[in-house]
Amino acid sequence: MLKDKDRIFQNLYNDMGSDVSSSQKRGDWVNTKELTDKGRDWIINEIKSSQLRGRGGAGFPTGLKWSFAPKEVGSRPHYLVINGDESEPGTCKDRDIIRFEPHKLIEGCLIASYAVQAHVCYIYIRGEYFVDGQKLQSAIDEAYEKKLIGKNAAGTGWDLDIYIHYGAGAYICGEETALLESIEGKKGQPRLKPPFPALIGLYGCPTIINNVETIAVVPTILRRSGEWFASLGREKNTGTKIFCISGNVNNPCNVEEEMNISLKELIEVHAGGVIGGWDNLQAVIPGGSSMPLIPKEKCETLTMDFDSLMAEKSGLGTAGIVVINKDQDIIKCMARIARFYKHESCGQCTPCREGSGWMWRMLERMAKGEATKDEVDMLGDVTNQIAGHTICAFGEGSSWPVQGLLRHFKKEIEDRNNLSPIHEKKNNIPYLVDQHLLDKKNA
Amino acid sequence: MSLRRPAKDQPETFEFNASSLEAAKTIVSNYPIGKQQSAVMALLYIAQKQNNNWIPLAAMKYIAKFLEMPYIKVYEVATFYTMYNLSPVGKYFVQVCTTTPCMIRGANKLVEACKEKISENESELSSDKSCSWMEVECLGACVNAPMMQINDDYYEDLDKGKTLEILDQILSGKTPKPGSYRGRVNNEPENNRKTLMDLKNA
Repeated sequence: MLKDKDRIFQNLYNDMGSDVSSSQKRGDWVNTKELTDKGRDWIINEIKSSQLRGRGGAGFPTGLKWSFAPKEVGSRPHYLVINGDESEPGTCKDRDIIRFEPHKLIEGCLIASYAVQAHVCYIYIRGEYFVDGQKLQSAIDEAYEKKLIGKNAAGTGWDLDIYIHYGAGAYICGEETALLESIEGKKGQPRLKPPFPALIGLYGCPTIINNVETIAVVPTILRRSGEWFASLGREKNTGTKIFCISGNVNNPCNVEEEMNISLKELIEVHAGGVIGGWDNLQAVIPGGSSMPLIPKEKCETLTMDFDSLMAEKSGLGTAGIVVINKDQDIIKCMARIARFYKHESCGQCTPCREGSGWMWRMLERMAKGEATKDEVDMLGDVTNQIAGHTICAFGEGSSWPVQGLLRHFKKEIEDRNNLSPIHEKKNNIPYLVDQHLLDKKNA
Repeated sequence: MSLRRPAKDQPETFEFNASSLEAAKTIVSNYPIGKQQSAVMALLYIAQKQNNNWIPLAAMKYIAKFLEMPYIKVYEVATFYTMYNLSPVGKYFVQVCTTTPCMIRGANKLVEACKEKISENESELSSDKSCSWMEVECLGACVNAPMMQINDDYYEDLDKGKTLEILDQILSGKTPKPGSYRGRVNNEPENNRKTLMDLKNA
């Protein structure tokens, strides 16, 4: 288990309060000026040597991303945007940072803004977190009052303004370009890349976008050195990470642990074990709903980091672990996730808009045992036609969980769905009618 | 995508009151000059708050004029984002999360409770018109599942009995205490905390 002194988020459970003075006791804002005085290159190199990877799901190296910002500010100002649109089912880590460690985030914003030469920072928070956003707002107000941000922020000589922008219930706005569209006051529909936001982003200006957790760990890395951060975890998967363990466990919780920790340790030690014992485990979704599930056999030895989960054809994503035990109907669980994606598709690309509905309706019928044999293959075919054929990664995100189900639980689906092919029984199967929309008269 | 329709009965006019107007002007100043369109989402929230939790078409037209942008752009935004209510939802708007992490911990019991106490169908006002409920997608409190949101507040670690109690309170006009209903502190592992114990015991 990670030593308490190596935990970055000391106030994860709000034992100490989240105001400026108690944050300063934890080491925030103590020597911000000393850090920025060492220069932009030092900051970016230190982050590079820490091998910090983005905590928002894709795991892109943060130092590298920062180095993409233009070295000189031209006619267009630079922006820093913080992605707090945490909507991935199974994930609730950013909420705790916003509520209980707001000053780590605000100080991180200052340092990152300095490193990428931005004077304005927007923090995008999902609309549902309104109460938590108010807590962050009062922390921002407090920081302005103490002159930690604003003109000559914290004595660094850098001017920074931070604003909160609330989303309004769209999962897709967690995609970085959709988030920018949303800040610009449009529908959250992703943009084509390239051009990448680092050159043409918010209002057409160079924009660096980072997850809340990524930015919040930056000040601690700079204080304790990139080397310290890199000593935790393993090569290319370094540091600590907040894991959210939900689902059928005895004590669902958020916990900060070292990368590359074993999944079994997380579940057994921190989350109090699977309900009904380890043998009652059916499958685990390791990184938020868009990552393919992993069956029990592999959970014994699985370690939680970006690369080892990739080797299992899944991913760390946001590290939202959903534990599913044998009391649950796995097909129904995945059908519900498919419904989530059907609901959240932004509607821009046809394969995703239509395909997400297909997957949901097919899975619902498979859960009831009303599907034909050949539909199992057809479902796999639909997922392949979505993944890789859309503007953003939502296509992959919606089809991977279904592919994971087909990979590991195909037998279960086939056993339940033993109908003859359509042409023999002449079953009338309404693929194209979106029953969900027709049923809902007063949506 | 989700299907969203504006209500049939629409008020004729809408205007910000003094406090809304002030809030709107502060929001607009958060964005660069000439980019006031960015404020549309926040202004829709302000309109929704002023107008009993829902946004009439007249408010969208008003906001379009206020921000000097085409009405259809405001309409697009209001219909795209699901947190803007396009028809009346009542003073207390109950949203039950039923996505997988909540589902496998019994979110359907919460839905049952809402059906018993509020109305048979979702998005339907209760008999005294004070309250309505709907199923929503993940609200981002998965380790506190199952949970629901009433207006701005989260009610966590629920079961059917506790949901019924909460709904009884709101139907009699009280505001129940938000947070965990199993008495645990925030997101710590209940009775099983192994980390940062010095701080807990301090």
